[in-house]
Amino acid sequence: MLSFILIILVSFVFTGIVIRTKSLASGRKGPGIFQPMKDIYRLFKKGAVYSDTTSIIFQIAPTIYFASIIMAILVLPFGHSKGVISFSYDFVFFAYVLAMGKFFNIISALDTGSSFEGMGASREALFSMLAEPAFFILMGSLALLTGYSSFQEIFMTFHFGSYTSYAIGALATFVLILICMVENSRMPIDDPKTHLELTMIHEVMILDNSGFDLGLILHGTNMKFALYGALIANLFMGNLPLYYSIPLFIFIQSIFAIVVGLLESFTARFRMSHNAQFILVLSSVSLLVFFSVLMVMGKFN
Amino acid sequence: MLYVNLFILSFLFTILIIPFLSSKWKGFVAIISVISFAVLSSIPAINALLGNSTNLLISGSQVTGEIPIKIDPLSAWFILTINFTFITGVIYGSKYMQAYSEQKDKLSLHWISYVFAHAGILAVCSVQNILIFMIVWEIMTVSAFLLVIFEGQKVATIRAGLSYLIQSHIVVLLLGLAFIWVNIKTGSYNFEALSWFAETEKPLYSFLLMLILFVGFGIKAGFVPLHTWLPYAHPAAPSHVSGVMSGVLIKTGIYGIIRMLVLLNTNYLAIGYFILTISVITGVYGVMLAIVQHNLKKLLAYHSIENIGIIGIGIGIGCIGIGYENTMLSVLGFSGALLHVLNHSLFKSLLFYGAGNIYQSAHSMNIEHFGGLIKRMPHTAFLFLIAALAICGLPPFNGFISEFIIYSGLFKGLNIVGFPYILLLVYALFGLALIGGLAILCFTKAFGTIFLGSPRFEYNLNATESHWLKLFPMYLIVLFIVIIGIFPSLFIRLLSLPIEQITGYNPLSQFTNETNLIQNMEWIGYSSLSFIGLSILIYFIRKNIVSKKEAVINSTWGCGYVAPNIKMQYTASSFVRAYRKIAEPILSIKKHKVEIHNIFPEKASHETHAEDKIEETLIDLPIRQLRQFLNYFQFLQNGKLQNYILYGMLFIGLLTGVPLFIHLCELFVNFLNKL
Repeated sequence: MLSFILIILVSFVFTGIVIRTKSLASGRKGPGIFQPMKDIYRLFKKGAVYSDTTSIIFQIAPTIYFASIIMAILVLPFGHSKGVISFSYDFVFFAYVLAMGKFFNIISALDTGSSFEGMGASREALFSMLAEPAFFILMGSLALLTGYSSFQEIFMTFHFGSYTSYAIGALATFVLILICMVENSRMPIDDPKTHLELTMIHEVMILDNSGFDLGLILHGTNMKFALYGALIANLFMGNLPLYYSIPLFIFIQSIFAIVVGLLESFTARFRMSHNAQFILVLSSVSLLVFFSVLMVMGKFN
Repeated sequence: MLYVNLFILSFLFTILIIPFLSSKWKGFVAIISVISFAVLSSIPAINALLGNSTNLLISGSQVTGEIPIKIDPLSAWFILTINFTFITGVIYGSKYMQAYSEQKDKLSLHWISYVFAHAGILAVCSVQNILIFMIVWEIMTVSAFLLVIFEGQKVATIRAGLSYLIQSHIVVLLLGLAFIWVNIKTGSYNFEALSWFAETEKPLYSFLLMLILFVGFGIKAGFVPLHTWLPYAHPAAPSHVSGVMSGVLIKTGIYGIIRMLVLLNTNYLAIGYFILTISVITGVYGVMLAIVQHNLKKLLAYHSIENIGIIGIGIGIGCIGIGYENTMLSVLGFSGALLHVLNHSLFKSLLFYGAGNIYQSAHSMNIEHFGGLIKRMPHTAFLFLIAALAICGLPPFNGFISEFIIYSGLFKGLNIVGFPYILLLVYALFGLALIGGLAILCFTKAFGTIFLGSPRFEYNLNATESHWLKLFPMYLIVLFIVIIGIFPSLFIRLLSLPIEQITGYNPLSQFTNETNLIQNMEWIGYSSLSFIGLSILIYFIRKNIVSKKEAVINSTWGCGYVAPNIKMQYTASSFVRAYRKIAEPILSIKKHKVEIHNIFPEKASHETHAEDKIEETLIDLPIRQLRQFLNYFQFLQNGKLQNYILYGMLFIGLLTGVPLFIHLCELFVNFLNKL
């Protein structure tokens, strides 16, 4: 429950920090860190425009997307305190429930019958599918290293091993950050601030959403960021007592937000056709994690 | 015994009465007889799942010896799965076939074949005598062939049917070979002979025997590269037949493999790695090809191959578990595989029935032609969506449960398997995750272009929702899909005896608190339920808030362009274009382009056809070369009757002459020896 509350709290400011970092990096003052939340609150109060092509799918999709993210957050542990939902191999549920939300997001884009949104949907479907194996191989390696099978047990025992586990943790962090960028359609995969619909992924999918639905989707993205931030934080928190782990959690989340902001400021978006290859590289980095786990465990003989 | 007699009586009654009825009643009688078969076979099956297996011994004839009929938990699981799909199939089909009510004779043949297929498939799962097994297997195959070629006036249909018939007989050939070998060595036609074979012969021989049997049953199940009949047969058949074929008929291959694994005590580790490798390839290849298909039923057929791959991964893990004597692993593997057999039969038949609804109201199977059907066929759209979510393995539906168990098997296996083979498991993990992702790509494409957006062709405009008799069996299936998704532990409990029969351990009793499967399943059930609850809750909050605000209906935002038309929509091909570009080296995609050249543009076009590369290289190429070789002997086929009679004479001459010659030689040698 603790993780749930903390992640929700962090999600309120996460994008704010990202945007602030970006504006500072480009020499502007920038909006306050609560501005994205204020925007979302404003959206919640607004009316909506629906396309006449759309059906019931378009109405329910944002809801299911939002619910799927909340379910995924419920699975995450906080240090040694379990998530609300915790069972063996709960990370499979985690990944698949997020995929459920994505499925609805994609078909809701197709529901509008627009050529632009179809384009975004096509890209999102392809890229996130390519990122899936990386996550599973990563979790498999961690499960192998610790000998446990649920998020909470894996993270708790993760750094009881040698110092090499920190090296593995660093690699894992790299993979998780990039998976997060893929899942949230951020740089270097996608540029949310681009001016042309033809070059967008996520933003172009939600062109027709407005009002409350758009608010749900936007806040869903915030929560997804906080979600992956929490995963990364868990890699390092272990079973520290709460008075260390809560500040550490907030520290790691802010660092993560700043890193995202810096990445978005100083990298250029890849060519769309090269994205797929880049994402497959993630799987190979996960394989690297796997091999280092094998090495640590001395399984090579 | 009573059951068997009743079974045969109702069978005879049905096939005698169907030809004399009117078109409408044929379907009705078929429903009655399929349900009566189902009841007669389900009672012993349910008993077997609860712990009372049925063992009967029919005296048989001189040739066959005694015929044991056994309904043990393993058969029972398959029998119940089969019965459910056959019942939904016959109810759906009775309405579906009304479109063909003028073709009375063909309908008689169709329904009799359907009843034959059901009887045959039930017998396959319960007969334990090799000879009789081959006979009922043949009954099942031939009746399925007759079902497929219902629209035999179309060339494509008859070709697909023949391809199926020929490949099915390669199965018979391989199984015959294996069984004859067993019979020669042990002298018995009983299934138990396989166990005796494994005890008395060298381990290598029983491994070889298992491989032959695997290839045989693998063709039926559709493992790559033995799958080539499947993508032709499924689209050619009427929809309810495709549903039944894809849902349960190909599962007889899986049944055969598991049954042989139980009987034939072989090197489980080696066979496990073998099955795992083949299955990962099958799964990934199946879904990779499914994505680029334009024909909805062909797309679904390739998905059957993918799902056979997933089932195979489960079986592979189970075998590795037996090989390592790790209970947990074998239980996870086989329970995942068996549950996926049930799950796949549910959502795949549902998808095919959905495709049937679309076909009968929009008269096309080309995905590119549809659009916006959700407004005209809301029920079909809803049912198709549930099935699509289930086949993608998304919670809270049933596909997730079995995939979850198989995933946990793979993760568990990582801790157990030693170095070189651990890589195999990681690639299996990679493959399974990729299958999941690609399935989502495939079904967002299928659902999105068929049901959403605007109609892409005019004839969609008068598509209407199907009759309730077609929708009723579909809702029945959805009910089970949701129940399995929310109460998975119930089904794991039902699976405990079949699992015990395969692995020797009961998943209910043997587990420590390390990883308790049942407890896990209950957790998943709660999570799925709360996911549904949460979605509904958020939806109501949203509805409450949104209803107070003004909502404007307007046309889709065209990014400033004010006159977008239907043709500008994203199509299925464009949706998967980026994927196609990546996968092109592995797939074989034929493109035909007519581009615009002049200032005054003429008609331009662009077509893509996705061919099966494995089929091209493994089936088509050797056949072409064989034909080329045989062309050298074409002078023999010269159309002259005299010559043909001469060939016959020569053949008879050789047949009698050669032994005579040998005999004479022997006499001569003997004579020389005496000298």
